[in-house]
Amino acid sequence: MQPVPCSSLSEAPRTMKIGLFIPCFINELFPHVAMATLELLESLGCEVEFPLQQSCCGQPLANNGDSKGACDAARRFTGVFQQYDYVVAPSGSCVSHVTHHYDWYIAEDPAYQQLKPKVYEIIEFLQDVLKLEKLPKPVYFPHKVSIHQSCHGLRELHHASPSELMIPYQSRLENILKLVDGVDVLLPERRDECCGFGGTFCVDEPELSTAMGEDRIAQHEATGAEYIVGADPSCLMHMGGIIRHQGKQIRPLHIVEILTGRGAGA
Amino acid sequence: MKDDSVKHPQAAAEFLKDRAQAKWHDSAIWWVRQKRDAQAKQLPEWEELRRLAREIKAHTLSQLDDYLAQFEANAQKNGVTVHWAADADEHNRIVHGILAARQVKKLVKSKSMLTEECGLNPYLEQRGIEVVDTDLGERIVQLRHEAPSHIVMPAIHLKKEQISELFHKELGTEAGNNDPTYLTHAARANLREHFLTADAGLTGVNFAIAETGGVVVCTNEGNADLGTSLPPIHIASMGLEKIIPKLEHLGVFTRLLARSAIGSPVTTYTSHFHQARPGGEMHIVIVDNGRSDILGNEDFYQSLRCIRCGACMNTCPVYRRSSGFSYSYIIPGPIGSTLGPSRDMKKHGSMAFACSTCGSCSNVCPVKINLHEQLVLHRKKAFDQNLLPTGKKMGLLAMRFLTQHPALFDLGGKVMRKVVPIIPESLTRHSAWSRAGRDLPPMPAQSFKEQYQQRSQNKKDKQDKKDKEEQQ
Repeated sequence: MQPVPCSSLSEAPRTMKIGLFIPCFINELFPHVAMATLELLESLGCEVEFPLQQSCCGQPLANNGDSKGACDAARRFTGVFQQYDYVVAPSGSCVSHVTHHYDWYIAEDPAYQQLKPKVYEIIEFLQDVLKLEKLPKPVYFPHKVSIHQSCHGLRELHHASPSELMIPYQSRLENILKLVDGVDVLLPERRDECCGFGGTFCVDEPELSTAMGEDRIAQHEATGAEYIVGADPSCLMHMGGIIRHQGKQIRPLHIVEILTGRGAGA
Repeated sequence: MKDDSVKHPQAAAEFLKDRAQAKWHDSAIWWVRQKRDAQAKQLPEWEELRRLAREIKAHTLSQLDDYLAQFEANAQKNGVTVHWAADADEHNRIVHGILAARQVKKLVKSKSMLTEECGLNPYLEQRGIEVVDTDLGERIVQLRHEAPSHIVMPAIHLKKEQISELFHKELGTEAGNNDPTYLTHAARANLREHFLTADAGLTGVNFAIAETGGVVVCTNEGNADLGTSLPPIHIASMGLEKIIPKLEHLGVFTRLLARSAIGSPVTTYTSHFHQARPGGEMHIVIVDNGRSDILGNEDFYQSLRCIRCGACMNTCPVYRRSSGFSYSYIIPGPIGSTLGPSRDMKKHGSMAFACSTCGSCSNVCPVKINLHEQLVLHRKKAFDQNLLPTGKKMGLLAMRFLTQHPALFDLGGKVMRKVVPIIPESLTRHSAWSRAGRDLPPMPAQSFKEQYQQRSQNKKDKQDKKDKEEQQ
């Protein structure tokens, strides 16, 4: 399918519909991230619908080896979202599970194969489909932010060039933040090390997971940043838990909240 | 040999109790990862080399039986005796048979993870043969009666002060002298003595070349060369996956190996062995020990491409913060976490879960093994074999059910959001989320779904009102 900018929908022969995919834990714990995503897409002229029958994409089940549960979740997801032209979500990890791992469970399903290329992480959607060159309303965010590349966004969705690969450097998050006025974008030492969340890893091995998170936060703090900015609420939740426990100053922030201009309220 | 009852979460938590030591371990190994990056960056063709290495190995594995037969025939033409061992025990019996027949009293070994895998040292020692590991790191852990904690840097878990203390006790060095050069010299003098008095030498094999029947051993200390040049008998133990088809393929791997392993352009010694030294004899023992089973498994056969560089361990944030001893299988880290469960899921199952699935290992791997995916596939096996802890399994089954019943899922979420804020902290403090120092996220009053429905209703009401006004 040729990408057609939503903003040109008025000229398009038919209405393009976006299915908003809000991962389960974002729905319950980070509704403001979901709302920011919805509002951002709408303000760019997209017709967005949030299908109420959606539930978890099945990643926690898959990651713990429950093939049947993962398979059922994948079929449910496909059923709920197959009618949309695009499916967009503010979580790299969940999108990566849908686009990179459903094949382990329902590769034979033609409906899934049709759906797969239409599923996008929000930053990818803004950049690759909408070809966003400016924000719907100008945003001034005069703060230092340290970029947190989440592992699945980085290494499975190729949000940036992983430091292990000898390929030219690029970063989607850095590129989109160029549209924001006043922001000072920094990269931590060990620019793409895991924060230690890792789905149920964080409760399987709490001591190790927390140790990884503490180290990661220290690397972000060392940049002098006020915010840790990422595209994956799960990593931000994990680091946020440690930050609050230790009473640190630095704040986790989803990138969409900056792009909608309400970042400081997070 | 390692204790296979080790469970990763507990062992890691134990290791992390000394946070300073754990931080030091993490930084020491990350430094090697950085050296690897710097070296890889020097080669514009790095990614191309990885692709080639992957393809050569994939091709070889697809015709492994032919290449092994070719290798055997060519090695025999060179006068080398080739032995086949189906498992660890047969390997040990063959090695012991060769040594016993020649009244060998002392064997010098150049580092071989395969002999660790087979438990050769205790096997021979029980039968009256002295075994001396000659790689410095390997020697250190041997003197401490420990297993290697890393496949390339076996003593990376130790600081120089600890080694100084060990050498003072075992080799009579000055107490409190922590100078690395002094300590290395002392170890070297001691090892020279063993090289000169050994009756046989055993090495591992990095690469076996089907076309020539020769084997290649890479070391940085030259200990394989000393161990094979001084005593009259050379035994080379190799896993059957070590084959590459032709000599011309070797350069692809030697360029990747040292850079990936320790961040140096080459290993100091890349030694080729084709036949015994004059008057001596050379034996090659080709070991299966479960490798054929892995080769026959479509999910895991890729792990046999491994060239044992250890880069996956160096990059692994879990390994760096938990050390090799928190893994039950002899090979730790990402590659060990797929090889271990492939061998025995019951014993090594916890290794497949010792991973945040960050994927760095798959990216760093010079032969492009899909390591982090393999670990998830092992979890599938663990679930299917009913090896998950009961609580976790129940949780997953509940999650499975809720995923199919969104209304109940929503209700569960709502209850959580209402109840969590009123639970006294004393009750949540010991939960798996909180006990290591994480607060729970603030609980919003409404879920997004509730906000969305309200928003849609408000919009509809507004529209209705507008329509009504227009009608009037």
